[in-house]
Amino acid sequence: MDLHEYQAAELLARYGIPVNRGILARTPEEARAAAEQLGSRVVVKAQVHAGGRGKAGGIRLADDPAQAEAVARQILGMDIRGRTVRKVLVAPAVAFEREYYLGVVLDRDARRVAVMASSAGGVDIEEVARERPEAIVREHADPCLGFQEFQARRLAFRLGIEPDLVRGFAALARQLYQAYVDCDASLAEINPLVLTRDRTWLALDTKVVLDDNGLFRHPDLAELRDPEEEDPLEREARLAGISFVRLNGTVGCIVNGAGLSMATMDAIKLYGGEPANFLDIGGGASAQRVAAALRLVVADPNVRSILVNIFGGITRGDVVAQGLLEALRQVEVRVPMVIRLVGTRQEEGRRLLEEAGLTVVDTMEEAAQRAVAAAQSQ
Amino acid sequence: MAILVDASTRLLVQGITGREGSFHTQQMLEYGTNIVAGVTPGAGGREVHGVPVFNTVAEAVAATQPNASFVAVPAPFAPDAILEAAEAGIPLIVCITEGIPVLETLRVYHAVRERGVRLIGPNCPGLISPGKAKVGIMPGFIHTPGPVGIVSRSGTLTYEVVWALTRAGIGQSTAVGIGGDPVIGTSFIDVLELFQNDPETRAIVLIGEIGGADEEAAAEFIRRHVTKPVVGFIAGRTAPPGRRMGHAGAIISGGRGTAAEKIAALEAAGVPVAERPAQVADLVRRVLEGV
Repeated sequence: MDLHEYQAAELLARYGIPVNRGILARTPEEARAAAEQLGSRVVVKAQVHAGGRGKAGGIRLADDPAQAEAVARQILGMDIRGRTVRKVLVAPAVAFEREYYLGVVLDRDARRVAVMASSAGGVDIEEVARERPEAIVREHADPCLGFQEFQARRLAFRLGIEPDLVRGFAALARQLYQAYVDCDASLAEINPLVLTRDRTWLALDTKVVLDDNGLFRHPDLAELRDPEEEDPLEREARLAGISFVRLNGTVGCIVNGAGLSMATMDAIKLYGGEPANFLDIGGGASAQRVAAALRLVVADPNVRSILVNIFGGITRGDVVAQGLLEALRQVEVRVPMVIRLVGTRQEEGRRLLEEAGLTVVDTMEEAAQRAVAAAQSQ
Repeated sequence: MAILVDASTRLLVQGITGREGSFHTQQMLEYGTNIVAGVTPGAGGREVHGVPVFNTVAEAVAATQPNASFVAVPAPFAPDAILEAAEAGIPLIVCITEGIPVLETLRVYHAVRERGVRLIGPNCPGLISPGKAKVGIMPGFIHTPGPVGIVSRSGTLTYEVVWALTRAGIGQSTAVGIGGDPVIGTSFIDVLELFQNDPETRAIVLIGEIGGADEEAAAEFIRRHVTKPVVGFIAGRTAPPGRRMGHAGAIISGGRGTAAEKIAALEAAGVPVAERPAQVADLVRRVLEGV
């Protein structure tokens, strides 16, 4: 789950990290008031779950409250990578000497949490990793002991940070690591972390992404979810406990299992179609879940055909079929539907579906081909 | 032979009185798995499908000497259950639980490694040695004994491939679902090594998906250490970057973890990669005939 910058800043400030605190505004007038309150030159920043805000023009300086209002008027409502900006953060503009990057992530390959730092701050760190990997230094936290002071100091010295600034940098790095661990984050970063003209450290921009699987033990953090940032269908899916990712194609997919869902999408593409979504209904394939999945898929106006691919396995084929029929009584489907069903008692399941006039096929390949053909002839 | 589980497996089921635990205990018993005990704290003294239930793993171990544990415990309690089994000296722990916070899994991963215990999962379907033992939630009937070892990050996609093999008359030595989380106890490499050393396994199927670089590491391991033929399948060619595709570990991030990279790495290691699951059976037949 992504947090907004203003939420991340608030969270990290609780760990003692000096952040450039701003004021959230939802209207240009509020932005003006915020700038008046701050009483300085300000930066107005789009609060939206999308990268590349700066390049898209979503971060702008303003010399006075009137300009802050004007700039906010331009940013609010702006589209950044498919997301509409609904809030801005108004923060003091800061003059600084140098910019750094500081981040905590899970290093999957090493099976450890990594703390990374770079003197190439203020730019996309993934770009730095690709083009100048030597500009990034990292330390792995010990799985039992955590991230030690000496490791934090080592990061600082390797970046050439002057001795009088090392202690402050190390403290910050350890605070960021602590926040990451305490909150079950999957990313916590400060970019840029700046050295101001009076030689103090300040986090100018912060980003925190939380591990969805950790939210059950952080109800306070779970409440930070911004429903305005979610695709309405994806939100509905999440509340129904269905894994769903909306895509741009025309063949709607209802599948059980994540790997099989991806393989089904790939098969659609292989046969010349485009999947409209990723959808994993999870285990069981009950009528209720299938109905919820059908509602999501038919709500997408791009969908021209639906492919249902259920590898029932332990779940009996006739039970899955009855679930599907029950779901079809609840949800009106106006596009052709192709069903592929495997499981114990699949023959009984198939007969039930065929008696109801539905197209049932034997293999995933045939199902994908037929669903693609149906979508293209619509 | 087969790997990891067979007729000598004496299974403990943790969370045996729960809905999942009880259901899969019955399914595994029907398949012929020797389940010697169950554990649910506070339910000691009861029986589930004729299996005695204990309050602690230590008690179950003392009374019934299990050599493997199947953990079907909800996410908030699963790490504790795994550590309890590891501390009691059970050498193989299979955890099917989905939704464990990754930092918890990380802690458990290092703790079980330190104790020399093998953890499979979490968020996996378990494993099966057809005709010998099933320690998992997969449908037994789709499998048949034979020479092909399977290792996969997925559940139903593995069933799909197994079903294609079985229908093509090609049996399996062991099918291992290693799980779809970003951190898992047993990697592709661990299982590849076991299959390489298993005389019954003559060919290996590796089923990967987007996210992380474990398939690339596996490709490198195959190039250096695996002499048996390997066939691959990678799910998620059409997955968009930056979106989690169901599994917590299935995400392309920072441009890394794409299907294209994984397919290229496998092919560079001499592993033919199928375009669709059923095609795996054709490729396996070809490599088996070539052996």
